[in-house]
Amino acid sequence: MPIDAQRHIGVVSEPRVVHVERGFLKFFAKATGETDPIYFDEAAARAAGHPDIPMPPTYVFSLQLSAPAKAGDVFDPVGGLGVDMARVLHGEESFTYHHPIYAGDRLELVTITTDIYDKKGGALQFIVQETRCTNGDATVCVEARQVTVVRNG
Amino acid sequence: MGEVAVGQALPEHVCGPIDRTTLALFAGASHDHVKLHIDSDFAKAAGMDDVFAHGMLVMAYLGQLLTRWRAQSNLRRWSVRFVAITPLHATIHCRGQVVEILEEGGERVARVKLGAWTDKGVQTVDGEALVALA
Repeated sequence: MPIDAQRHIGVVSEPRVVHVERGFLKFFAKATGETDPIYFDEAAARAAGHPDIPMPPTYVFSLQLSAPAKAGDVFDPVGGLGVDMARVLHGEESFTYHHPIYAGDRLELVTITTDIYDKKGGALQFIVQETRCTNGDATVCVEARQVTVVRNG
Repeated sequence: MGEVAVGQALPEHVCGPIDRTTLALFAGASHDHVKLHIDSDFAKAAGMDDVFAHGMLVMAYLGQLLTRWRAQSNLRRWSVRFVAITPLHATIHCRGQVVEILEEGGERVARVKLGAWTDKGVQTVDGEALVALA
């Protein structure tokens, strides 16, 4: 069933608090075949001038997934869009960086559904969501934008 | 770091081949549990040939292409489009090329065209990054 765009555009999620866990960053480095030790070894990170292991460029997407919003989540059938997992594709992803993030940081995420549009007479729908990630000082660290494609055909 | 010029290619970054273990580990590490990437029965029932790679796995590889070229602290912004599915067993070739050098926010920045290709020559991700040269 197509998504009711008018119902979901403009929905703002509740703020979700997430912690950047060192163990998960190490696991992510292993899973992506990372060989640069600053991404999995605290000593190497400190030797390179970092306070701890840096969060890699795409990991904010994983933080989002680790804390699904009650309002506006793509899959959630109650407070979100209720999209069938079998019908999704990732269309686009963007990141804009303002401030570095390290293991041990506590962050807050807020996601807004900014647009929903369709192509091919509704056979494909595109959900645009923007997430703002702030740290404990209320400094914006990263902004992420994603486009999820839903195959209705 | 040597001088950067328009037309310069970033050192190619080759990853994979992507097998089922890669996808299982990435699902766990990235919190992306969409079954299309980890459960062959589910993927086939959804009309796919088999499980296929998470787009964000390939974007992570492209991130490595960038952070091997310049430290992550120089990465200002980037965006990608997932233009084709990355199939199981593919080896991924990440490539980038400086297409413009400009001033932005008071610093010299390179605009880098990015892409990921399978070993069969199919482009699966297309993108662009702005990287500070200071």
